[in-house]
Amino acid sequence: MQPQTLFWILLALAVYGYYLGRKRALTVSGGNIRRLHSLPDYYGYYVALWCALPALAILSLWLLLDDKIILQWVLAELPPTYRNLPPDRLSLTVNVIENLLAGERQASTVDPALAEAAEHYRQLKHLGYQALTVLVLAGATAALTWAQRRITPGLRARNRVEAVIRIALIASSVLAILTTIGIVLSVLFEALRFFEMVSPLEFFFGLHWSPQIAIRADQVGASGSFGFIPLLTGTLLITAIAMAVAAPLGLLSAIYLSEFAKRRTRAIVKPLLEVLAGVPTVVYGFFAALVVAPWLRDLGARLGLSISSESALAAGLVMGIMIIPFVSSLTDDALTAVPRSLREGAYGLGATQAETITGVLLPAALPGIVSGLLLAVSRAIGETMIVVMAAGMAAKLTLNPLESVTTITVQIVALLVGDQEFDSPKTLAAFALGLTLFVITLLLNLVALHVIRKYREQYE
Amino acid sequence: MSTVITERHTTPDPESDGHRTVGDYTLAEPRITCRHVNVFYGDKQALFDINLDIGQREVIALIGPSGCGKSTFLRCLNRMNDIIEGCRVEGDIRLDDQDIYAKEMDPVLLRARVGMVFQKPNPFPKSIYDNVAYGPRIHGLAGNRTELDEIVETSLKRAGLWKEVKDRLDHPATGLSGGQQQRLCIARTIAVNPEVVLMDEPCSALDPIATATIEQLIDELRSRYTIVIVTHSMQQAARVSQRTAYFHMGRLIEVGKTTEIFTNPRHPLTEDYITGRFG
Ligand SMILES: Nc1ncnc2c1ncn2[C@@H]1O[C@H](COP(=O)(O)OP(=O)(O)O)[C@@H](O)[C@H]1O
Ligand SMILES: [Mg+2]
Repeated sequence: MQPQTLFWILLALAVYGYYLGRKRALTVSGGNIRRLHSLPDYYGYYVALWCALPALAILSLWLLLDDKIILQWVLAELPPTYRNLPPDRLSLTVNVIENLLAGERQASTVDPALAEAAEHYRQLKHLGYQALTVLVLAGATAALTWAQRRITPGLRARNRVEAVIRIALIASSVLAILTTIGIVLSVLFEALRFFEMVSPLEFFFGLHWSPQIAIRADQVGASGSFGFIPLLTGTLLITAIAMAVAAPLGLLSAIYLSEFAKRRTRAIVKPLLEVLAGVPTVVYGFFAALVVAPWLRDLGARLGLSISSESALAAGLVMGIMIIPFVSSLTDDALTAVPRSLREGAYGLGATQAETITGVLLPAALPGIVSGLLLAVSRAIGETMIVVMAAGMAAKLTLNPLESVTTITVQIVALLVGDQEFDSPKTLAAFALGLTLFVITLLLNLVALHVIRKYREQYE
Repeated sequence: MSTVITERHTTPDPESDGHRTVGDYTLAEPRITCRHVNVFYGDKQALFDINLDIGQREVIALIGPSGCGKSTFLRCLNRMNDIIEGCRVEGDIRLDDQDIYAKEMDPVLLRARVGMVFQKPNPFPKSIYDNVAYGPRIHGLAGNRTELDEIVETSLKRAGLWKEVKDRLDHPATGLSGGQQQRLCIARTIAVNPEVVLMDEPCSALDPIATATIEQLIDELRSRYTIVIVTHSMQQAARVSQRTAYFHMGRLIEVGKTTEIFTNPRHPLTEDYITGRFG
């Protein structure tokens, strides 16, 4: 029997358990459900959970482990010539067996001992499944009967079911947290390995970034240099340009939408603005590279400025357009959420619309506005595609928006593209950059939280 | 018999309505005069041909079942209806003989002369001091910090709040109790030195003790300001007002001295309301 079939049968059993439990609860209540501790549904869930959960646990444990256990078993029965092989050779043997099982090799082309092992493996697996099926189904049925028997009017079925739900909720959040911790730790350890090869001093204060590693020892420029400052300035420069576009445009359009626009205009304009954030960044990228950058270069030529065809300005401008909705949407929501009574209070005192907006509404909406700005900054810092296409890959240490620069994320991509050794400083540098990026955004969040807490004008 | 019932259930046409307010709505020396005021929300008419004078330094109470248009009428007096989309006001409303709906009249300046206190206390999420100072600041009433301090202090004193808050002027206003917040809103309103103060059910969110304090305050404020108060409590109307106007389904049914309205209502609808038959 296929594991899927088994799963569906279990599910059907659980549904059956639900009805049995419900029915049983109604029977023991003597037709008066007020004598029951919980509503009849909960007795149904109670039986269903007992029926399904332990059986599912056995099923998944088996599916996780059976291949490994059976493989050990089969290997132990191979002739000693195989059993005494060193580990790397042994794994080759395992490969052969696996290929046989997958039907990618014919049994006639290999050592008969191995063919026999594969056959044995297949038999064991089949037997295992049969045992599993019997075990799971018998277990589920037994649990169902047992749980159903336990139903009395006093059984606190609701509390039991709620406990299971609570555990499921906790497990989900723990899983999310553990994943995050896992990612951070793995990045951290790889970054530490990097810092064993390149001193942190050079990384954090070095002014030169060229991570090429020599292929031959006698090559010119044999060692790469890993000064991260040009990447930081590049990132900050592009982010600053993007925010210089997005912050005023986003704020002003939010103010227009929430305070001036008629309801119908707002219903049309707001979704349109939000579409900006949904356009794939690669589209923005080639828009920046093929339209904005040449246009800027021509404009510069006419004004007597030399603007390189890949410039921080082009990337920043386009990125700014892209992140407008983060600012405008959140600001608009925050402004709309300011209670009507505050608006009326200000107008009632003879405040003009401008005075009401600047003196009452914007301060009251500050937390929302700050989080909008922050979200926009994080998007700008993390954006890769537009920069690759419009600002280039050259790590120049400059604050001139007319030159080409590169950013942290772009370099991470550059470091990991192509064939890499996993322990060269070039590859590991990506982890150090990732860690730095993570710390930067974390700090940004902390600063913003502090700002919000300090300056928030809280209404109720 | 059947004809009588049909008549009672037809909604009266405002044009051929022929309804006349009972009682004398004119005054010899009015501060505000309203003539033939009609208000519409979109197509729906909320007020029908209201005529009413409001005097100097009097407290006039507007009473009536909810939805009868008391708030709507109040908001005509400082053009707060302007900020409601789809709201249209017709007729003639004069403050000190100036047409407040005239083109030359700036609603912003009008609202500084006709202040408003709302149903739910709505202090700004700022400090107590900044709440009171907000109006004087935007209207440039104080030349320097000392003058502003003075305005804040007198306003808080007049609102009977000074003693309670003088040591924590820089605390957030939202930390005050409901009654204190409402008195703060009154202080905020009188800090711009208005001529008229409109109050829309100012005590409906407050407990009896806070209500008593505010009622006493209203009585004291009468010596300086004209006060128009909407209330759903007839006892409150009787306690604080000199004149009372009874509204019903968008019409002004009866107006007169408070004592007379409550002891001797002339219109059957007024009588029904006052004796608690509905409302
Ligand atoms: N903003 C609005 N839009 C549409 N109709 C409104 C609005 N405000 C009030 N109304 C209607 O106008 C009538 C009078 O309302 P209102 O003046 O608030 O009554 P009151 O204050 O006496 O309870 C009610 O029927 C109400 O539904
Ligand atoms: Mg009202």
